[in-house]
Amino acid sequence: MNWRRLESTTEPIIELIIWLCGISAIIFVFGIFFFVFKEGAGFLFGGLDLKEFFTSTEWYPNSASNKRYGVLGLIAGTASVTALSMMIAVPFGLGAAIFISEFCSNRVKESLKITIELLAAIPSVVWGFIGLTVMNPLIINMFDAPIGLNVLNGGIILALMSVPIIVSIGEDALKAVPDSFREAAIALGATRWQVIYRVLLPAARNGLLAAVLLGIGRAVGETMAVLMATGHSIRIPTSILDSVRTLTATIAAELGEAPERSEHYQVLFVIGILLFIITFVVNLIADLAVKGIREK
Amino acid sequence: MFHKMQISKYMALGALVVLALGCSKKADEGSAQSGAKVTIQNAGSDTMVNLAQAWSEEYAKAEPNVSVEVSGGGSGTGIAALINGTVDVVNSSREISAEEKEKATQSAGGQAPQEYIVGYDALAVYVHKDNPINEITIEQLAEIYGEGGNLDKWSQLGTRNTICSSDEIIRVSRQSNSGTYIYFREHVVGKTRDFKLGSTDLHGSKDVVELIGKTPCAIGYSGMGYATPEVKKLSVAAKAGDTFYDANVENTLSKSYPIARPLYLYTHGVPSEATKKYIDWILSDAGQEVVEQTGYVPLPKPAANGASN
Repeated sequence: MNWRRLESTTEPIIELIIWLCGISAIIFVFGIFFFVFKEGAGFLFGGLDLKEFFTSTEWYPNSASNKRYGVLGLIAGTASVTALSMMIAVPFGLGAAIFISEFCSNRVKESLKITIELLAAIPSVVWGFIGLTVMNPLIINMFDAPIGLNVLNGGIILALMSVPIIVSIGEDALKAVPDSFREAAIALGATRWQVIYRVLLPAARNGLLAAVLLGIGRAVGETMAVLMATGHSIRIPTSILDSVRTLTATIAAELGEAPERSEHYQVLFVIGILLFIITFVVNLIADLAVKGIREK
Repeated sequence: MFHKMQISKYMALGALVVLALGCSKKADEGSAQSGAKVTIQNAGSDTMVNLAQAWSEEYAKAEPNVSVEVSGGGSGTGIAALINGTVDVVNSSREISAEEKEKATQSAGGQAPQEYIVGYDALAVYVHKDNPINEITIEQLAEIYGEGGNLDKWSQLGTRNTICSSDEIIRVSRQSNSGTYIYFREHVVGKTRDFKLGSTDLHGSKDVVELIGKTPCAIGYSGMGYATPEVKKLSVAAKAGDTFYDANVENTLSKSYPIARPLYLYTHGVPSEATKKYIDWILSDAGQEVVEQTGYVPLPKPAANGASN
């Protein structure tokens, strides 16, 4: 009797706590979006020349004579570094995922997974440091580049940072393919390569796509490492040996000095909205892709 | 009903957290004043505001009973406050004009403001140590760094940079939150002129020198004290035909090096005992160490008595 009464009072409380935990993420996401939007909206809808914003490379937020807010160079910087990093990270990441899931023994698998997770645990500022002090002279010597802080440097660093995400999600996707698929293929006389290429990859297609998209999300959003490794130099790159500057790095470098509520401050929040939209779209596609596998 | 209430409650909590995140700007640092405490009012140069703040913090450790209240606003604003008699000490990155001095003397009942030089703000122009170039003019620097400037190859400077095969001048600059960036823009690039896009903007004075030491094609500016064996400081002249001066303490002190300036303190009339003690502390080793730590050039060791009035 007593027991039951206790239960009837604690039960709703516990339910409430769990419910709060469940919706907290939603509230935080909306809260942050609301905050970023609120700070940027004033300038976004009043004063900002959107055509100039998206089509000009001239970023002079604190010019003494002629302020210009063109982020095309920054978008090109983010896009070029992300694209290069994915060109490196996707083959390596998916290859590693296939190896871990299909080829190696259990012992090798465990040690590889731990090592790759360790790669993910390295702080981004340390990656930036490596870009600045190790990769910079290396790139100058190897490619005879005028400066080693460039798209190549940032791309390699970002690739190393997104590989762990691609590997662990890609491996999960491959593991989710039922063994009966593999057994059936082998029973039909398929070689190992044929099993992977003709059966596993199509079956795990959506999960692998999600892995790649989350890797892209990581690369677009990364700030500190690219700030240090890309040279922080505004231009539309014509080769991978050009320095660039990304959207995230611009916010990080300039928010501290922009007086609150000034145009410069607000335009940085508009860049924040832009980044939010980019990563939101990428994550949404990744989510839909993952949902795709579940339904199969 | 129940759920609705919870939602609004939680929304409020979420909003609070967001607010806290958003408003984590520096809180007002008003110090509580007790009767026994002496307060020194200090205002002026924005270039020196970090330095003055650092002095104030260090001095609070040495003299807990004295509180120095620092505000910026610019040298001109600071000197105007001196004339109005609302501050005890003014930080200025320029010399006081004769007219201002006269007005300040009047307002202090016939006592002329005392001038102290407390350090220097000097920039060196750095290149890689194996770069054959030795000299550069401010005019050339403006064309290298300024928007629309026509210098972007080393060969255009008259000397062949033998270690830079692409011949391209890699411009190393500072991120725009740096005072050095502002100073360089005002005194080299031009008061209203902007920097050319495409410079490599680094976060710290030390980073600039470090990158140049590893980059044969690079040129950059940073505080004089940041030199390493990997880089070379160029001699600088204001324009072609002028004498080139090395970036060193003597040329800074004699005002012949063109991108350096002394940093001044001016007092309202004859300083009070507490103010005098504070200035003496600034001129002492402890105060000069702060000058060095904040990235400025401290006074030369043997001649560390800046009173020149």
